Amino acid sequence: MTKQVDPGTPLDSGVVLEARGLSVSRGGEFLLQDVDMVLHAHEIVTLIGPNGAGKSTLLSALLGIIPLSAGRVNRKPGLVVGYVPQRLRVDPVLPVTVARFIALSTPGAPPPLEWVKRFGCDPLLHRPMHALSGGETQRVLLTRAMSRNPDLLVLDEPAQGLDLAGEEQLHGMIDAVRRERGVAVLLVSHNLHFVMAGADRVICLNRHICCSGSPTTVRATPEFQLLFGDKLPGVGFYQHHHDHQHTPRGVVREQP
Amino acid sequence: MEEFMMRALLSGIGIALAAGPLGVFVVWRRMAYFGDALAHAALLGVALGLITGWHMNAAIAGVCLAVALLVTWMHSRPEVPTDAALGIFSHGAMALGLITVALADGARVDLMAYLFGDVLAAGWEDVAWIWSGTAVVLLVIRRHWHDWINATIHEGLASLDGVNVARMRLIFMLLTALVTAAAIKVVGAMLITALLVIPPTAARPFSTTPEGMAVGAVLIGGASTPLGLLASYHWDLPSGPAIVLVAAFFFALSLVAGKKGRAS
Repeated sequence: MTKQVDPGTPLDSGVVLEARGLSVSRGGEFLLQDVDMVLHAHEIVTLIGPNGAGKSTLLSALLGIIPLSAGRVNRKPGLVVGYVPQRLRVDPVLPVTVARFIALSTPGAPPPLEWVKRFGCDPLLHRPMHALSGGETQRVLLTRAMSRNPDLLVLDEPAQGLDLAGEEQLHGMIDAVRRERGVAVLLVSHNLHFVMAGADRVICLNRHICCSGSPTTVRATPEFQLLFGDKLPGVGFYQHHHDHQHTPRGVVREQP
Repeated sequence: MEEFMMRALLSGIGIALAAGPLGVFVVWRRMAYFGDALAHAALLGVALGLITGWHMNAAIAGVCLAVALLVTWMHSRPEVPTDAALGIFSHGAMALGLITVALADGARVDLMAYLFGDVLAAGWEDVAWIWSGTAVVLLVIRRHWHDWINATIHEGLASLDGVNVARMRLIFMLLTALVTAAAIKVVGAMLITALLVIPPTAARPFSTTPEGMAVGAVLIGGASTPLGLLASYHWDLPSGPAIVLVAAFFFALSLVAGKKGRAS
């Protein structure tokens, strides 16, 4: 093989996954265009963006579930990924228990009792998957993802369908897992509190990367204000002085 | 037992053995309409077999496969909905088949036998075809069983576990085409979907595992054949519809019994 064929640059140490010029198109339309991003071990990165911004598409592309139309994704050799998809609804026609569902990911291995206990799934093990509530399903998905002993945990709106307490609990679990195992975490979240307090880095996506950086840096950008602007004052933990107004369509306008 | 009855029984039970494990996936993946489309298209295979002298089962399997591939290919054309594509290809192929049969000097061809089956006329060669087809289907499904269940629950999760989802879809279609070709002698093109769909659905209320549901489907399908044939023999009923009707009766029974089972 000559030098002209790029074998993929070796990843810097500590990098678990990186995307270079990643694009995904469908029917001639770009869903994602020219995305560059890097994920390091021990790091929690949240992906935010409006509906239709391509957040789930980006996760699928990074994981190799859907094909890229341009660019590439480099993974650390032997990278093991735990994935919690956005929505899992098991059809009641398919009789499958929680234990079986978890075991499908690691055939032949003993059940991951540590994680089962940790995420409170022991009373669920013999229940059919289709009978679980939203929160129970999320805990089972998390157990299944961790049972693979992953280097990278990817979660697509894991707090969906959870009440506030459940959401807090979930975020606590994610943070604990990161601290203990050094797992890199990439998640899509609409929870402002978690984005601000829990994440090391925030990536703001709208078919391309609008902005990225530490939560405090990103918070100051207009894209972020557009997404969360209306929520910021009401939340209470984050006080800020409004030096501008929002038009009804959300555009930021300097105060006269 | 008379030999033709023996052959009919062996054919029917052979089909039930393959249709159970395949049918559970048809039901889980909501592909009943797909099975139906393939079965209708199979009539073009019959026509091709008649005018070219190719082997009938091979012609049927070939046409089913072609339709399956066309439908898969249409997935990449978002402006044509999948169910519409299925309807267009299956009925288009069926119409072409009917016209071909009519033009091919024909009139001598008993289309009814292909539409509704004629298992009492099955020869030893048919039995051999059915059992070899069944063996292939069972071996392939056994090999991919866990992966397929994984992908049926969530294709993204399965693909991270190393399951080749696209290949799985293709193999699944191949097997459905194969079973359709094998089953046409037993229940005919119009009723094949019934054999794929009714036994698994009837087995569902009594099943707590995927395996249990597949075994239940085989048992119910396997029991429908001798009972249907018996009814057909005694009351001179068409055999294919009799088998399907017995299976439908089991389904009705499962609705009642399944409800009681849950209540207790």
